[in-house]
Amino acid sequence: MSVTLRVFDPAMCCSTGVCGPSINAELTRFAADVQWLRKQGVTVERFNLAQQPAAFAATPAVQEALTRGTQVLPLVLVGERIVVEGSYPSRETLAALAGVVVKKLQMAPEAPTSCCGPSTKAQTNGC
Amino acid sequence: MVANGAPGQFLERAPRNLFFTGKGGVGKTSVACATALTLAERGRRVLLVSTDPASNLDEVLGTELSSSPKAISGVSGLFALNIDPEAAAHAYRERMVGPYRGVLPAAAVRSIEEQLSGACTVEIAAFDEFARLLGDQSATREFDHVVFDTAPTGHTLRLLALPAAWTGFLETNVGGTSCLGPLAGLQAQQALYDACRAALIDGKSTAVVLVTRAEHSALKEAERTRGELAAQGIHPQELVINGIFRAQDTSDPVATAMQSCAADALAAAPPGLRDLPRTELPLLPFGLVGLDALRRLFAAPDSSLPAADFGPSLPAPSVATPVLAALIPALEAGGRGVIMTMGKGGVGKTTVAVSIAVELARRGHRVHLTTTDPAAHVSDAIGAAVDGIRVSRIDPAIETRAYADEVMRTAGAELDAAGRALLAEDLRSPCTEEIAVFRAFARIVDEGAHGFVVIDTAPTGHTLLLLDAAESYHREVLRTAGQAPEEVRRLLPRLRDPSFTKILLVTLPEATPVHEAAQLQRDLARAQIHPFAWIVNQSLMPLAVTDPVLVRRRLNEARFHAEVRDLTTRVALVPWTSPQAPVRLDLIAAATSSVAAVPTGQREVASALPS
Repeated sequence: MSVTLRVFDPAMCCSTGVCGPSINAELTRFAADVQWLRKQGVTVERFNLAQQPAAFAATPAVQEALTRGTQVLPLVLVGERIVVEGSYPSRETLAALAGVVVKKLQMAPEAPTSCCGPSTKAQTNGC
Repeated sequence: MVANGAPGQFLERAPRNLFFTGKGGVGKTSVACATALTLAERGRRVLLVSTDPASNLDEVLGTELSSSPKAISGVSGLFALNIDPEAAAHAYRERMVGPYRGVLPAAAVRSIEEQLSGACTVEIAAFDEFARLLGDQSATREFDHVVFDTAPTGHTLRLLALPAAWTGFLETNVGGTSCLGPLAGLQAQQALYDACRAALIDGKSTAVVLVTRAEHSALKEAERTRGELAAQGIHPQELVINGIFRAQDTSDPVATAMQSCAADALAAAPPGLRDLPRTELPLLPFGLVGLDALRRLFAAPDSSLPAADFGPSLPAPSVATPVLAALIPALEAGGRGVIMTMGKGGVGKTTVAVSIAVELARRGHRVHLTTTDPAAHVSDAIGAAVDGIRVSRIDPAIETRAYADEVMRTAGAELDAAGRALLAEDLRSPCTEEIAVFRAFARIVDEGAHGFVVIDTAPTGHTLLLLDAAESYHREVLRTAGQAPEEVRRLLPRLRDPSFTKILLVTLPEATPVHEAAQLQRDLARAQIHPFAWIVNQSLMPLAVTDPVLVRRRLNEARFHAEVRDLTTRVALVPWTSPQAPVRLDLIAAATSSVAAVPTGQREVASALPS
């Protein structure tokens, strides 16, 4: 089965963060991970609040989460369900969410599957 | 000296779009306005457009303009507008954000607005406006001519390069997540960029007019511009040499020096310029402000004013202003810090910066002399190496490459090959250059903590954008968690600290440079930056001129000296010096001797400054 992941980013200049006054290594890492996941055949859509606000407005779960403030971003959705909130998941977590079998690391069930729990990597800002 | 085109002929040949370009202060705005005015008075419908963030069109035309075409009263068929980058950015932001007010939570809307407040958005939005006027025929359909009074050279070239750079970028951007930044909203505009570029290359619909003066540096700059445009497939079709002076009183040493300088410069004009159809315009005894003055520019060359208008018997104006040397003790006091020269193009920022660097070095200080002007060449100006002075420039291409390398080395190090490719692609974004130049500027300002740094800035418009960048990046650095270099964090506080940064506003004793500097002073004040002093350059005031045109010009100066004194508590005056004089870059040592060399009826040089 094919899964579609949707990532809703905070308002930022670009997805790797190279065009801001400071570089956020977390963003470049995540951009590369998304690229990797796409190569595995997973559809990943990214929406930047500053550039594609329409997608935020059209997704009820995202709308609802945003009422709690922009610190809930980034959000990762599988289908209409929020699976990660407030942080960029690791490559392994992404793979698990998408059901991709990763050879080296059999997936530990660390992936957050609901919208709660504090993030371990509270790196949410754009460039 | 052969003028192979009277002003009339130059206008006969005018195609639909006219672009005026050249070094700051050569008179682009005057020539563009006079051209538009003359075409309109011949019955055409003309739109005059300024792309300079510090536009002077309002003052020159005597009409308050906006970002949409406004009729100029007194001339039927003449319309003008200013592309105001801030206003364009605001409109762009509203287009992006407006539909989501009340739809997305307020905090989310606010964060979009913040993200779209950066310098990159400003530049892009302004460019978008410019592209629309040039590339979208329907936007200007009602006009027979569109006349672009462009920003000074460096900025113009960047603007002209953008359609090519961005077209290429949009075509080859395959990653799908690339850093379009605020440009993302313009992705639909590719057809427009193509049309824009096509219009610039097509000589039939668009003529690029190089405006210059009969001075070595201006002619050299014009040739450089010609070469850079040609490299982009754009070939200037016209050369206008403005402000040519012919002495009427050959016993006036200043007048004869001016005339021979001009003749020498023209005789040595670069070969690339010699083949262009040339139009020569005279130096007029009055400033080119207002429609009546503009009409005189294309009038017959020897339409002398009645003799009584500038008889040498006119009372000599009086002015008491200290010379540049008087500023030195205060500049030197801290033993370190940043000294920046700012002002309109062509007022002599480089000359003043070099002179101050030379004097500080002579007093035993080590000085770093540099420029933020992408088109400037301080090293050309200073010539041979001077002990104690290190000369450099912020080269956008070099800085961008260095920044990209640094990012690949740091952030790119932990990525796999695919991630690195993605990052490399994002680094080709048009925004990268802005960041790279800005960081280089921050780094240079930082050096002021350890010694003297003298920075010759780009003309006002470009400098304003750089300062806007300083402010918006400052906010962003405070807001975000990324690792900004220390010097970036400290930049704005240092520019605001009067004991660290001393800004010298340089002007000529003429209307537009004074008013542009006054506006710059107000803009700086909003950013809580306050200039240290004003410098009135190339003044005829301390010289005993007798040539009728020069006598009249000297008389006209008086009210601008008075205006400057109302705008500042510290002002210094630099007398007119020949561009060829060996003392040109050592004005401080020269001041005493050159003033003394010419018998003067009017020399009141105070030695102390008001504190």
